[in-house]
Amino acid sequence: MTMEQMDILLNGDEAAAWAAKDVHVDVVAAYPITPQTIVVEKFSEFVANGIVQTEFVSVESEHSALSACVGAAAAGARAFTATAANGLQLMNEILYIASSLRQPIVMAIANRAPSGPINIHNDHTDAMNVRDAGWIMLFAENTQEVYDTIIQAYKIAEDPNVLLPVMVCYDGFLISHTAERIKVFKDPKDVAEFLGGPRKIPKIELMGKEVELSLNPENPLPLTFGPLDLYDYYFEHKRQQSEAMQHAYAVIEKVNEEYAKFSGRKYGNGRVVPYRLDDAEIAIVLMGSTAGTARYVIDELRDEGIKIGELRVRSFRPFPYMDLERYLKNVKVVGVFDRAQDQGMQGGPLFLETRAALYDLASHPKVVNFVFGLGGRDMPPELLRTTMDELIAIKEGKKPVFNRKYIGVRE
Amino acid sequence: MSSTKPGWKEIPIAGIPFKSALEYKTGTWRSFKPIIDDKKCVRCLLCWLYCPDDSFIIKWSEDGKRPKQVLVNYEYCKGCGICSTVCPTKAITMIPEGEEQ
Ligand code: SF4
Ligand code: SF4
Repeated sequence: MTMEQMDILLNGDEAAAWAAKDVHVDVVAAYPITPQTIVVEKFSEFVANGIVQTEFVSVESEHSALSACVGAAAAGARAFTATAANGLQLMNEILYIASSLRQPIVMAIANRAPSGPINIHNDHTDAMNVRDAGWIMLFAENTQEVYDTIIQAYKIAEDPNVLLPVMVCYDGFLISHTAERIKVFKDPKDVAEFLGGPRKIPKIELMGKEVELSLNPENPLPLTFGPLDLYDYYFEHKRQQSEAMQHAYAVIEKVNEEYAKFSGRKYGNGRVVPYRLDDAEIAIVLMGSTAGTARYVIDELRDEGIKIGELRVRSFRPFPYMDLERYLKNVKVVGVFDRAQDQGMQGGPLFLETRAALYDLASHPKVVNFVFGLGGRDMPPELLRTTMDELIAIKEGKKPVFNRKYIGVRE
Repeated sequence: MSSTKPGWKEIPIAGIPFKSALEYKTGTWRSFKPIIDDKKCVRCLLCWLYCPDDSFIIKWSEDGKRPKQVLVNYEYCKGCGICSTVCPTKAITMIPEGEEQ
């Protein structure tokens, strides 16, 4: 049975703050940066109005924001923060610390192009820059999904087989500042119930005893967090992180199912969202808000008899290579859309991972890359249509396969 | 070689060492030693609050409501000097280790 919900008008940032409120996180430490600012503003309003009893820590930088979250989470709290672009870059050092200390922090990212030249608008380069920091990275397509994914993220992060931090990414301005009517839970207690009550502190075995993995001073065996870890153990700890990330594949799917029962909303299998792929000969692969525009164009092409579909990647980390193989094994041409910098690479990051995932397929689909939308450059349906026309021409053998094209840039 | 050591499935996650923090006697790292002048100490406990190593021992009054005495646990005190900086009555002096008296 799905829980009672209500309609409300929120933009993406407000939806992120609303989700953190409904989760009733214990600690928020955040520093404002465009286009994430509204998350912090909105949440501090909830605190000031007494709607939540969250400890709100105003910090002097993003480096401190995430550091405070690591400390809070290590002490057993549910911690939340949010940032974008340059702020995320300033957090870089602590990103690795959060994931290696296995702290289930959730962070909203309103994706923005990093400086420079300085720009405040959307692309995914900021997230791609930290794709190897050991965080789970989920990309939402719209405001509703931002809200839903942040709630899901706590359940994924806190799963005892995972225990990794999660970034919930959504397009700056395009989603962060666009008001949409979404559904939220009427009673936040239902969200608490979905999460299984307050955070459960994981247990570890230490000196023959079971102890809480926490900085709790009441711990019979107090723990040291973050000591030196050299060539004799560091590699083993990294191996554990890789294993946790492998577990995340199944946990993301499980949580997506549970959330569907609870909310009535489901996002593919949690890792990817397929659209009209069943008989498709051409597929596009992409992340974020462009997926909605692309489906509009796909519907037009379908009306013209073109067998084309879409696979939206929702979980960039862990990367759903098995889903790409499964959904794309019968297509002939794949166009991968990267809203991220590709300098010195064979293509954008999503393209590289997609092509690697499809390498072993006996069907050997042709995989080409479109780099688009940098610094907030628009991607209207007409422009998307030109890219899909190229894919059709490749499929029909009328145009040669290329490696990468830049879409929407002035020549 | 590290092959005789336990594998990744056997060790605690999150880079937690095998032993409790209590087993690591960090006092041996110290090159400066905090000495409390009990006459100047007003039992405000700021030193206890700020000490990054939880190295203060507080002796409480019978009813458990008032701190009677503030002592340093030298087994763990690393000698960072933060307590001496925050003490409002300058009751804590840092002296070179081994030069007490
Ligand atoms: S010197 Fe540093 S470690 Fe030692 S008691 Fe003072 S604050 Fe604690
Ligand atoms: S900070 Fe100074 S005055 Fe306060 S309890 Fe510690 S030693 Fe005493």
